Amino acid sequence: MLADYAPLVVLLAFAVGLGVIVMGLAHFIGPRSPSPVKDQTYESGMTAIGGAQRRVPVRYYLIATLFILFDIEVIYLYPWAADFRNLVAKQGFGALGGMAVFLGILLVGYVYVWREGALEWD
Amino acid sequence: MDAIELGIVALKCLVIVAVLLTGFAYTTFLERKVIARMQQRLGPNRAGPFGLLQPAADGVKLIFKENITPVGVDRFVYFLAPIVSMVVAIMAFAVMPVADPITVTIGGQVREIRFQLADFNVALLYVLGITSLAVYGLVLAGWASNNKFALIGGLRSAAQMVSYELAMGVALVSVVLVVGSLSMNDIVDWQVAKGLPLIVLQPVAFGIYAITAIAETNRAPFDFPEAEQELVAGYHTEYTGMRFALFFMAEYINMITVSGLAATLFLGGHHLPFVERFTGNLPWFVDIGVFLAKVILALFLFIWIRATIPRLRYDRLMAFGWKVLLPISLANLALTAVVIAFLAR
Amino acid sequence: MSGLDPAFLIVGALAIVTAVGMILAKNVVHSALFMVAHFGLTAVLYLLLSAPFLAAAQLIVYAGAIMVLVLFVVMLLGRQEALLDEPIVGQRWLALAALGVLGAALVRVAALGVPAAPEGGTAVVPPAFGSPAAMGDALYTQWVLPFEVVSLVLLVAMIGAVVIAHFQRRPRNEKAGNPAIAADATEIPSPRA
Repeated sequence: MLADYAPLVVLLAFAVGLGVIVMGLAHFIGPRSPSPVKDQTYESGMTAIGGAQRRVPVRYYLIATLFILFDIEVIYLYPWAADFRNLVAKQGFGALGGMAVFLGILLVGYVYVWREGALEWD
Repeated sequence: MDAIELGIVALKCLVIVAVLLTGFAYTTFLERKVIARMQQRLGPNRAGPFGLLQPAADGVKLIFKENITPVGVDRFVYFLAPIVSMVVAIMAFAVMPVADPITVTIGGQVREIRFQLADFNVALLYVLGITSLAVYGLVLAGWASNNKFALIGGLRSAAQMVSYELAMGVALVSVVLVVGSLSMNDIVDWQVAKGLPLIVLQPVAFGIYAITAIAETNRAPFDFPEAEQELVAGYHTEYTGMRFALFFMAEYINMITVSGLAATLFLGGHHLPFVERFTGNLPWFVDIGVFLAKVILALFLFIWIRATIPRLRYDRLMAFGWKVLLPISLANLALTAVVIAFLAR
Repeated sequence: MSGLDPAFLIVGALAIVTAVGMILAKNVVHSALFMVAHFGLTAVLYLLLSAPFLAAAQLIVYAGAIMVLVLFVVMLLGRQEALLDEPIVGQRWLALAALGVLGAALVRVAALGVPAAPEGGTAVVPPAFGSPAAMGDALYTQWVLPFEVVSLVLLVAMIGAVVIAHFQRRPRNEKAGNPAIAADATEIPSPRA
């Protein structure tokens, strides 16, 4: 079974190799004549004001957290879907019920998050 | 795994990389030509007949460009980001079946050659997992560049990609529900056996997949990370020459991959499910042509949409993903599950 | 099979290297990168243990989702000097002691030895082992209750995230301001009341 995955390693080697070669080409072939003005970060032609590492709104954090939680939910859906016909044969509509409860509880969270305005982007 | 098999695998990898690079070059050409036509222009027509050598000319030009590394960048991450982008884009193609397997005799041994690098029982999750890594190239580039535009572009793209990934994941669960497997070959075989491409049974899932695929590849009208008018070039503002080209490459290879995935999951892959009822199974070279035709059709749609629809506003884009696509995909999933449960009983 | 699988040895060693790198890296983003690499290698370890579904889940949830959060948090805080003072007095020594205890436990477990493989040398793993369908079968027949509890945990986490981010419900009658403004980086992360 592991042999099924072995080709991925070979492809990874090829892809990384290509990336390194392209970056190497860029490094060795292109001309180079740095100057202090040219090397400034681009800010629409103006002198850059302050550093770029500024703090970002907390909203990004919230979106990422919600993404993790729903992503876990989606992961749970896959084995259920792959085995669904088998589960229906065993449990009848119980196969639906188990997942309905799971999704139902998460739906409560979804509605809460929506009503709290966490999905607004303003 | 013996030496010959390893050689075959290496050859396949070489072909995948070469085809994806050529595909990338000519997708950019197709895009410029098609958009030019849609805007009543001619597009590139100087380099070679019909401008066909334009991609090569662009490539050579980029190699000889000066590479500027601005002050204050985090050098390691700055150089790593484009490589990550491109590696992730190439890796996702690994599980795509392109034609039926053939048997050949090498050195007196009969071997089956599959036109696919690897297939396993979690192939669909593998693709989702790999594409979820694509966000790193963008975020890291944005962070390492020491540029405000780049940072905002990277962050926006990350928030956008994760938001649309959810709807895509749920939409694809419906496909798994119908087929009952996550293996690419099983999904294609199912469509051939039933004589129906899945787009007929799962039009809603296909629609959601198409929209989220555009968002995942950061294409117009979801091209926020590089919204020219407000963010200069977004996450790759500070990248020049071939370094920029790697990001460009990754974007187009991602387009090819999601197009191939659409063809495999919803359009019958390298088969023509309805037609093959009458003609029987088609030979492998026709398979490749069929697959290619479907991918090009999807790429054309990408370009057509870019030429037609203006960019959304960012808050609308996020709201659309969370408040519209996610509920619709969940409702579609519930409906599919109930119908299958009734049919299976 | 007496020795260890060479693939396991290589991947395991790399996983340890990346874990150590994560701790030692001075820059938080470099730390995060080591962590991504570590998560990826852990996925490969799952794969070597014939658990492809777990490997895919590890890739999607840890490497794909949780690390995005980590990167956001790093950026949320901006570039800061690493905290060199210890919030808990003597925490380094405590950590060292904990490491010693855990290490001793590991050595003890390792001393118990690997269960002997059945006749024929290697343990035979059924072909569908660890596949999504097999996972589904186990999860939704045998382990339904823990599975349902997971949804409660996720619900709590969801509420917690909203509360931590200090979102307050907007008054019903108040019109939303212009959403196009203040969408991106501001000097101070100020959620609107």
